Amino acid sequence: MAAALILINLYTDWLDPLKERAANLAAPFYWITGTPGRVGDWAGEQLRSREELAEENSRLKHQVMLLEQQTQLLAAVRAENTQLKELMNSAESVDQKVLVAQVIGVSPDPLEHVLIIDKGRNDGVRQGTAIMDASGLLGQVVEAGDISSRVLLITDASHALPVQVLRNSVRAVAEGTGDLYRLKLRHLANTSDIREGDLLLSSGLGGRFPAGYPVGEVISVRRDPGRAFADVDVQPRGQMNRSRFVLAVIVDQG
Amino acid sequence: MDAHNRWFILFTILVALLLAVMPLPLEWLWFRPAFCALLVIFWTIRMPQSLGVGFAWLVGIAQDLVTGSTLGAHALSLSVVAYFSLLTYQRTRAFNPAQQLMWVFVLVGINQLLGNWVHSLAGKTVPGLTFLWPALTTALLWPVVTPWLQSIASRLRVR
Repeated sequence: MAAALILINLYTDWLDPLKERAANLAAPFYWITGTPGRVGDWAGEQLRSREELAEENSRLKHQVMLLEQQTQLLAAVRAENTQLKELMNSAESVDQKVLVAQVIGVSPDPLEHVLIIDKGRNDGVRQGTAIMDASGLLGQVVEAGDISSRVLLITDASHALPVQVLRNSVRAVAEGTGDLYRLKLRHLANTSDIREGDLLLSSGLGGRFPAGYPVGEVISVRRDPGRAFADVDVQPRGQMNRSRFVLAVIVDQG
Repeated sequence: MDAHNRWFILFTILVALLLAVMPLPLEWLWFRPAFCALLVIFWTIRMPQSLGVGFAWLVGIAQDLVTGSTLGAHALSLSVVAYFSLLTYQRTRAFNPAQQLMWVFVLVGINQLLGNWVHSLAGKTVPGLTFLWPALTTALLWPVVTPWLQSIASRLRVR
């Protein structure tokens, strides 16, 4: 019976609704095991000295000011962009809502890079919802429960996503390697124009991820004339194992 | 024989499930002992008349659901472990601690082997024999944990 279950689970998607139901059941376990960490956080907050808080406050104020200034610029640029797009009659950009979620657990299996977050269907998170942190794309939701969901990171060995080089829009597919700090570009011709330091953005092809979010930076390119494709290593931008708070990008399909 | 204080079994299983998903640093993940397998072995040896393969299967399904692994993976491996443990419980009870430790290593090794087999069905490969580490840590945990469990279970007269 167990063997039959395994095969059904691996080769069909009949059990997916059941597994999503089960996510609700599992959430309390992750919540409890996360308690020591939360207590530590809380204690850290409470025991902070006044000077430290004041310093942090002023630093944050500066940061807010800088960011606000940048948003002002952005608003103008966005208006211009919409105008240009209208001139070109291209499809309208979709509205995106961003939701802050807390990471409540990580998968106990060392072979898969999966996070458990505390937002689910009740908050609008669906299977396929893109998850990112402040610095880049992290992954996508693979199972959405009612109050929690499982997020497959882009570094998982079974994950691949379409990307684009910021500099010249060369398209490629970035594949997870099972290593938290490395992605690989698949099937990129030896002659393609890519170099170290290039920033990769999600290209939005494939329809899973919204376009234009930073994915990673190229750290090494090896071209072997004897082989058809270049070996390109990419360091992901997102803090794969450090983010406590993540952003769920909910695309409103209207 | 009447069931008595069975809640304790459930309690130990719940604790094991918690430990199974407890966040650990990345480098330690490979060494996480298989707490559920340890408990299944312990309880089947202690109460072979009432706890058997079915019990192990339920624990396994619970572990699958909580850890989000392939449904049935732990159910299968724990059932097999329970089966072997039931076959040999009379001998295991008579073993001295060192022999018990070795036998637990073998049983949990089978558990890990089956788990690894399901992993490879899903296309995940493990470098070398690293998947056997939990068997070692579980075996080393056995002589520490079982006297405890044994004494609590006797005091509560779990039947």
